[in-house]
Amino acid sequence: MQTLLIFMSAVLVNNFVLNRFLGICPFLGVSKKVETALGMSIAVTFVMALASAATYVVYYALLVPFDLEYLYNIAFILIIAALVQLVEMFIKKSSPTLYQALGIYLPLITTNCAVLGVTVLNKESGYSFVTSVINGVGAALGFGLAIILFASIRERLERSDIPKAFRGFPIALITAGLMSIAFLGFSGLIKT
Amino acid sequence: MNPLKIIKNGLLDENPTFIQVVGMCPVLAVTTSATNGVGMGLSTTAVLTCSNVAISLIRNFVPEKVRIPCFVVVISTFVTVVQFLLQAYLPSLNNALGIFIPLIVVNCIILARAEAYASKHTPLESAFDGIGMGLGFTVALIILGSIRELFGAGSIFGLTILPKGFPLTTIMILPPGAFLTLGLLMAGLNHLRQGKREAK
Repeated sequence: MQTLLIFMSAVLVNNFVLNRFLGICPFLGVSKKVETALGMSIAVTFVMALASAATYVVYYALLVPFDLEYLYNIAFILIIAALVQLVEMFIKKSSPTLYQALGIYLPLITTNCAVLGVTVLNKESGYSFVTSVINGVGAALGFGLAIILFASIRERLERSDIPKAFRGFPIALITAGLMSIAFLGFSGLIKT
Repeated sequence: MNPLKIIKNGLLDENPTFIQVVGMCPVLAVTTSATNGVGMGLSTTAVLTCSNVAISLIRNFVPEKVRIPCFVVVISTFVTVVQFLLQAYLPSLNNALGIFIPLIVVNCIILARAEAYASKHTPLESAFDGIGMGLGFTVALIILGSIRELFGAGSIFGLTILPKGFPLTTIMILPPGAFLTLGLLMAGLNHLRQGKREAK
């Protein structure tokens, strides 16, 4: 039950993008088309699940026994960078078109604050191994949900008549604001 | 080299938030009040300036292929230092900024400047670039933080400005307020720039 709560909370209530403001760069950057948004969210889900597991092991098996907790930030970011490299090589081989479409944003998953964010949150909340991974997957699905919804709205916005000054980022931000208001509605879902 | 020109470049011409639109997560997340904005802005400026100098110093002997991991390690070292300083001297600010202090590591501005500027310029130029970009970021955070704090809590920097009984819009200090305020601000800036271009 507790695990289910953590999962739902990560997907909907504390949505990483719309509520915690993590992963805004890819959210605004790769959301012009639904397909790229989908590819991005699959890659992010994979990296986040692996990163949650790997950082848990490194933190509790390596940093804690040697009293090196203060190095967590440096250790975590290196693990994430290595994982992203792995995913990049994998996508390059398996789906060159997706690789092209994700472009610069693929290596930038390293600097996607959602990934480092979820590992730091796991550490600070003192989650167990399983809970950490569930939280990572939940957060990534929340990210995916938000970015795919957002991409579908933006595809429609392309064809609508927007005032000149609002074209590009301003209208995207306002759309995100309205989505964020909608997601606030989920906060009634879980009573704390 | 003209230090003033480099700083002005970061503050206005290539303002990281309003012109380049990078490093948006902290811009949206911590601007619930002007004070938080200043704290975040100055912490980022400190990390950015130090990392720019360090990266500029090592730029000639870091192999091309592993430069990004090297830069990231340098940056996260400085972030850890800043986090310790905040924990020791400004614990309340550290609590208010929370997870966004360790996340300075993944602020795109810092890696972008390391890659685009510090790895190609002298340490002194890179230092000024770091200060300029950092201040540009800080100014953006203060503007956004002040607007949100004013309408959401009726104050700026904790000083009450709006008279009692003035209807406050709580949504401004909730997450949606961040998106809406920044969207409207950028639309306003676009409008001004378009007006200027047409006048020419």
